[in-house]
Amino acid sequence: MSNIFNSSIGKKLIVALAGFFLILFLLVHMGINLTLILAESSKPFNVAAHFMGTNIIIKVFEVILFAVFLLHIIYVLILQIQNWIARPKRYKIPNFSQISFFSKFMIWLGGIILIFLVIHLTDFYFKSKFGHIEEITYDNIRYYTDLSSLVIQKFQIPGIVIFYIACFLILGFHLWHGFQSAFQTLGLNHKVYTPVIKKLGMVYTIVVVSGFTIIPLIIYFTQ
Amino acid sequence: MKVRLKIWRQENAKAKGAFVTYDFEEVSTEMSFLEMLDALNQKLIKKGDSPIAFDSDCREGICGSCGLYINGRPNGPEKGISTCQLSMRAFKDGDTIYVEPWRAKPFPVIKDLIVDRSAFDKILHACGFISVNTGSAPDGNSILVPKEYSDLAFDSSVCIGCGACVAACKNASAMLFVSAKVSHLALLPQGRPEARERVKNMVMEMDRLGFGNCTNTGACEAECPKEINLTNIARLNREYFTAKIL
Repeated sequence: MSNIFNSSIGKKLIVALAGFFLILFLLVHMGINLTLILAESSKPFNVAAHFMGTNIIIKVFEVILFAVFLLHIIYVLILQIQNWIARPKRYKIPNFSQISFFSKFMIWLGGIILIFLVIHLTDFYFKSKFGHIEEITYDNIRYYTDLSSLVIQKFQIPGIVIFYIACFLILGFHLWHGFQSAFQTLGLNHKVYTPVIKKLGMVYTIVVVSGFTIIPLIIYFTQ
Repeated sequence: MKVRLKIWRQENAKAKGAFVTYDFEEVSTEMSFLEMLDALNQKLIKKGDSPIAFDSDCREGICGSCGLYINGRPNGPEKGISTCQLSMRAFKDGDTIYVEPWRAKPFPVIKDLIVDRSAFDKILHACGFISVNTGSAPDGNSILVPKEYSDLAFDSSVCIGCGACVAACKNASAMLFVSAKVSHLALLPQGRPEARERVKNMVMEMDRLGFGNCTNTGACEAECPKEINLTNIARLNREYFTAKIL
């Protein structure tokens, strides 16, 4: 095990494993968000949000999630800086022969996603943790923060809807390369399974991007 | 035909270097790219100018010593060839052709288009070999090798160490080269005794020399004159994790 994470391949392993965790996280996040447009009332979303905000196991996962985000970003930055140093003199005519098109822009796509993340957390997460959100009662028993109304209120503003959709597309471009790239980094390349993994990555990306983009669109046009 | 060449000229490793434009009219489509450069050099020598320095040896695509970055691609516009196999037929009359050396920190320019690729030799010295006892040659069939593995090992062994993968990679990563060398030996029973040490040492040396990190973009695979594929890099990763973790 000694110094594996000092090596280039070891650092890539961290980025890939963190990537897998984030890929799973996106599915969970999307699943909960979809209750906003699939359910008749705001109850399922608010109950789910309440559960995610209070359950002890989820709170542990929350800390892990932030740590994983940080690891993904820090190790990518280290690798990227090394990559820039490895070619101090650029070509006059750059190479156009990348097979995986979006792989050329991963660091910039990731940067935009990071900016989005900060704005997104300020919009909802920090507000629910530290700010004030109206409370709502279901079944006369418990009080829930009405996160649902906050989301619906946000997505009345066309600028915010466009911004979110643009960011989801950027996220999609990042995932388009990232999903299959993570498998390759783990050493999982096989003549039968790799084409399946690549297809799976495309399906996953399309599902996640359409799942997330449809929410602000439906809210904007129906509420 | 007539071409306008913009060729990188650099006196030595420390000099700044710049593109110099040559309008060359006596180009035949029958010429190889290197023959065209030879003809240009003859012209320069007659004029009293210093000829353009570039590497070449076998001129049949097996030695890996030529290698020029032509119009944004290692070895020019055609697939699966080294620079010496590139014909002037690949260009049109009146074309402007940019010729640059491989650009990577571990491949410093020696002069003009010649780079120092001894970084690859250092990686091989780190364990890109098998240890064999001296004495009489062992019987050819004493160790059985499944056909499937011998074919895969052969596909990896065709790497000529030209450095096109490093030149093509946006990160100047040497992973395709290292993975081909590791795979070639890891797939054969003769390579297994030293497999763990080999992969650890070669990766350590690759990192130490300052090559970039692979981001699985596939430019190396697209530009490799021997069409070494990315499955080698996945195998290198597997070999590395197995050697380090298990």
